[in-house]
Amino acid sequence: MEINEKTLMKEVLVDHMRNVLSSDPDVVMLDADLAKCAGTNGLYKEFPDRCFDIGIAEANMASMAAGLSSYGFKPYISSFAPFATRRCADQIMISICYAQQNVKIIGTDPGITAELNGGTHMALEDIGMLRSIPNILIYEPTDTMEFHKALPQIHAYPYPCYIRMHRKCPALLTKESDEVNILKARMMREGTDCTIVASGVMVETALLASEELQKEGISVEVVCCHTVKPIDADTIVASAKKTGAVVTAENHNVMGALRSAVCEVLSENHPVPVESVGVKEKFGEVGKVPYLRKAMNMEVCDVVFSVKKAIARK
Amino acid sequence: MSNQNLVTLAQNIRENIVNCIGSLGVGHIGGCLSIADLLAVLYGKHMNYDPTNPQMEGRDRLVCSKGHAGPAIYAVLAEVGYFPKEVLETLNQGGTTLPSHCDMNKTPGVDMTAGSLGQGFSCSVGVALGSKIRKDNATIYAIIGDGESQEGQIWEAAMYASQAKLDNLIAFTDYNKMQLDNYISAINELHPLDKKWEAFGWKVWVVDGNDVDALDKAITEAKAHKGQPKMIIMDTIKGKGVSYVENALVGSHSMSITPELRAQGIKEIRGE
Repeated sequence: MEINEKTLMKEVLVDHMRNVLSSDPDVVMLDADLAKCAGTNGLYKEFPDRCFDIGIAEANMASMAAGLSSYGFKPYISSFAPFATRRCADQIMISICYAQQNVKIIGTDPGITAELNGGTHMALEDIGMLRSIPNILIYEPTDTMEFHKALPQIHAYPYPCYIRMHRKCPALLTKESDEVNILKARMMREGTDCTIVASGVMVETALLASEELQKEGISVEVVCCHTVKPIDADTIVASAKKTGAVVTAENHNVMGALRSAVCEVLSENHPVPVESVGVKEKFGEVGKVPYLRKAMNMEVCDVVFSVKKAIARK
Repeated sequence: MSNQNLVTLAQNIRENIVNCIGSLGVGHIGGCLSIADLLAVLYGKHMNYDPTNPQMEGRDRLVCSKGHAGPAIYAVLAEVGYFPKEVLETLNQGGTTLPSHCDMNKTPGVDMTAGSLGQGFSCSVGVALGSKIRKDNATIYAIIGDGESQEGQIWEAAMYASQAKLDNLIAFTDYNKMQLDNYISAINELHPLDKKWEAFGWKVWVVDGNDVDALDKAITEAKAHKGQPKMIIMDTIKGKGVSYVENALVGSHSMSITPELRAQGIKEIRGE
């Protein structure tokens, strides 16, 4: 498909699903009454024998997908991020992961991108819940181009995957010529004074912060860590060795996800001062993304402040 | 297999259960003994399977959603030749292929992992849907516990199996009226269980679950019935066939089996 600044993330998802449903008779798609939101409802007429809207029953959806996988199928299941993970955490753990069933889990509208659906729908703990499950891959796309390039790799990945995706249109930061490897973090900007390891909608924030800091003579390296598990320790450690200070920036509670994973890697390999930007001991609430960024201290100024603080601790 | 031979097979399964759990000294013996007759009828007469090719395509599959009845499944799998009976004595030993709860990646012949109650039944709905997509005419069997039926996921799965008209799915409830803490009726009553399943769109039979003839007849009818999923509610006795397990009542969910009790159980099963 052709990707431009107006392409929506959900259009990339649907394009991928159409491709794999067309090319592989073992692919099946399950939704839990949010197919219209993910855009996957358009596939139901094209592939009526392999797309199933099983109703508002996420636990049943996750375990059914495991059953289909045991029969040789390659199931994708989809819902809003909190319902695709938190609501059926034990089913993901036992029916899918423990039973070694290769199910792809799509969770849309993570964290503050849930916007007007508010705190009940705002998954800020989903990665933290899933990250300690063996073998699962956790991927959060940065933009449509990266997502487009990553999805075939995720499809081919031999273990369960959680795709934590913004449904709308984040800033397009990836060029068609850029290489994307789901197992490798991406160097978005090189620098020498501090590293920002960012994911999801916070990658753009990190880049904007690095431009601000450049004006003050502070050179920042930005690493896009789209895959928080398995984490690309080599890239993170190499950057920390180079800059001596790290800031993490994520659309998630700072416990359990990117900050935790980065701290685990650095503490065991190359300890440096680490500061973090993300949600700190708060539940979600309603609001548009700009309001929520402010309410959760996830704005450009928060990243700038954290970089200076990390550098001061060197 | 004649129905008299099914009675013998059920006896052998019960012996294997007592030896399997007895070798360890403790286990979920009550809910294993209660389904021995069903396993004899399924593996002795109705299921299409090949012990020399556990992954045979198009085979009938059994999901034991009440995963703690693993020893009962192992008892029948050993009896029909998936592995030697000596393996039964490795139950729950470190590195065993026979964990207390069913694990499809560890045990030849186990079709689905189960243990977190309610999930296996949803998995069986996925398996039955898979068989429908493949059009391979397999029959998918699922065993759920009565206590397990308190899990909401059972009813999520029941609703969708009916919606999808999965008439290749035949489920059994081991209705022994007891759960770990107490009688079902004292904790969270299921009655009227048959009406509940009918209301969820299933064709329902209620049979004596410790009578191979009654089970054989119900399964034969269920296989012939088309257009909806089928539930055979088995009135069973928890611990059936071994007096001290039956008499333990709600204490039989998991209990100690000393060497003396093991020997006594084998004698009773053999009618000696």
